[in-house]
Amino acid sequence: MKEIKYVVTDPLGIHARPAGLIVKMAAGYKSAITIDNGAKKADAKRIMAVMSMGIKQGQEITVTVDGEDEDVAAPAIETFLKENC
Amino acid sequence: MITCQGKSVFSGVAIGKIFVYKKAENTVEKYQIEDPAAEFERFKAAQAKAITQLQALYEKTCKDIGEEEAMIFEMHQQLLEDLDYVESIQGIIENDKLNAEYAVFVTAEQFAAMFIAMNDEYMSGRAVDVKDVSERVISILNGSQVSAEAMPEPVIILAEDLAPSETVQFEKDKLLAFVTQKGSANSHTAILARMMNLPSLVTTDIELNMEYHDKMAIVDGFTGKIYIEPDEVTMAEMKEKQKRAEERRRMLQTLKGLPTVTKSGKHVHLYANIGGVEDVDAVLENDCEGIGLFRSEFLYLGREDYPSEEEQFEAYKTVISRMAGKKVIIRTLDIGADKQADYFNIAKEENPALGFRAIRICLERVDMFKTQLRAIYRASAYGKASIMFPMIISVSEIIRIKEIVEEVKEELRQNDIPFGDVELGIMVETPAAVMISDQLAAEVEFFSIGTNDLTQYTLAIDRQNQALEPFYDAHHDAVLRMIQKTIENAHAHGAWCGICGELGADMELTRRFVQMGIDELSVSPPFTLELRKKIREID
Repeated sequence: MKEIKYVVTDPLGIHARPAGLIVKMAAGYKSAITIDNGAKKADAKRIMAVMSMGIKQGQEITVTVDGEDEDVAAPAIETFLKENC
Repeated sequence: MITCQGKSVFSGVAIGKIFVYKKAENTVEKYQIEDPAAEFERFKAAQAKAITQLQALYEKTCKDIGEEEAMIFEMHQQLLEDLDYVESIQGIIENDKLNAEYAVFVTAEQFAAMFIAMNDEYMSGRAVDVKDVSERVISILNGSQVSAEAMPEPVIILAEDLAPSETVQFEKDKLLAFVTQKGSANSHTAILARMMNLPSLVTTDIELNMEYHDKMAIVDGFTGKIYIEPDEVTMAEMKEKQKRAEERRRMLQTLKGLPTVTKSGKHVHLYANIGGVEDVDAVLENDCEGIGLFRSEFLYLGREDYPSEEEQFEAYKTVISRMAGKKVIIRTLDIGADKQADYFNIAKEENPALGFRAIRICLERVDMFKTQLRAIYRASAYGKASIMFPMIISVSEIIRIKEIVEEVKEELRQNDIPFGDVELGIMVETPAAVMISDQLAAEVEFFSIGTNDLTQYTLAIDRQNQALEPFYDAHHDAVLRMIQKTIENAHAHGAWCGICGELGADMELTRRFVQMGIDELSVSPPFTLELRKKIREID
């Protein structure tokens, strides 16, 4: 199991478009991927759930990647967060 | 052959196939089903079809506009594939043994409510996305869908009524005519039809029958008739009529390049009303002398979020540059009433025509207003720009607007961004503005009379309500006196005065307006040459 911690910098937070991109990306991996912002937890492969977390700028999120391809998935997700969120 | 009668809003003859445009049914039926597995399969098929359509829309938008704008449709596909969404639908079908339409409807309502409950203006806007994609699935399920993006060739659109946001989604080169059951001569569909040169009918006594779909028809914009599956005699007659109309159009072309002056030498500026960059072709084609009304709200309609400063700047700059030194009067955002965009999140109003609209929104949402003003001022460096403000009722509004304008100019100066000399004016479209037009004229450089709203407010007649047509008199003396007073007060206080409403193109009134001393008439581009001919015949 891998864990990534990231503080959101996008002024709009993780709004519809980045949420869509995260879901699209997560769907490409076999690992179970969850996002946790301290208040809520969501399956990163489910867009409604990710959007409904309402992640704001400045919030720290913890992404957990657990599964056979976690070694590839975790760094890819980390890079994605840094570039898009 | 079936003949139906409507009210013509633009003359000309259109011949082609009918495209029946239906909105998704608002009422969703609820009933028990026998076979949940088969019902869920029915949902899966509709879901797959909706996703294919959204993919096509994504690709089209990518090609026509850009990937950034297209991404919304990719997100919409994800919403439809979302496991929580699908599981909810599956649960309702399998556990409650209810039909798929109802399951989708209830699920959409639940997710929409969840987004609205987030208390975040942006996220509550996503409720619209969930409902939008769900309506698409429901309309596929109950067979009511005919999607606008599926038009293979230019067609005659047959609809109950069309909202401005629906009208803009059609590709202009795929349109021959609009025929609507509702609407009125002053509705925005009618205005757009005139803008696009499309013979069109409103308040037509025609059924919205799916059997008409793909049938050959003729729209006669001179008589207000539509002939479905016309017989040979009618077809031949109409083709002849179309040819004559075309010849008259060519005759008017000879007036191109001539000045718009009366026989006694009074010059009237003949400008054009436009809704966007794509209308400039028609402006140049019809030899308009400037743009008297650029309806900037069309930059805001038919989209998911506010247009950025850059996007607006590009649009204004393109229009201003293409007009090459001729005047371009941009009207600031006039949204509200019958022109709505969901992302503005404007609360439902009992009486939107008298509600939160136009300049009232701009003065409450100053950041949004400044974005537009900055875009216009930046674009003003490329030609001759003027700005006019809609729905003014008080001098204090102008004072406040001028303060904001000064702030925008100062910011631009500090950043060394060039801008031109911009004339400021107002729309005179409320009886209040007419009554204090002497005071207002002292504050601005010009007036443009918006006769549509002025008539509606003066006569207390809702322009969308067709039941009031018998009481409606476009030439009501009250309105004409309002116009006269406005022109007199403008001139007495050093401002010029034009008309940009539909009355400006009413040839029965042209002589009167010229006698009143009107300085400018701004009309749909296709009316320009006809109007020039009329003015040149006045003594």
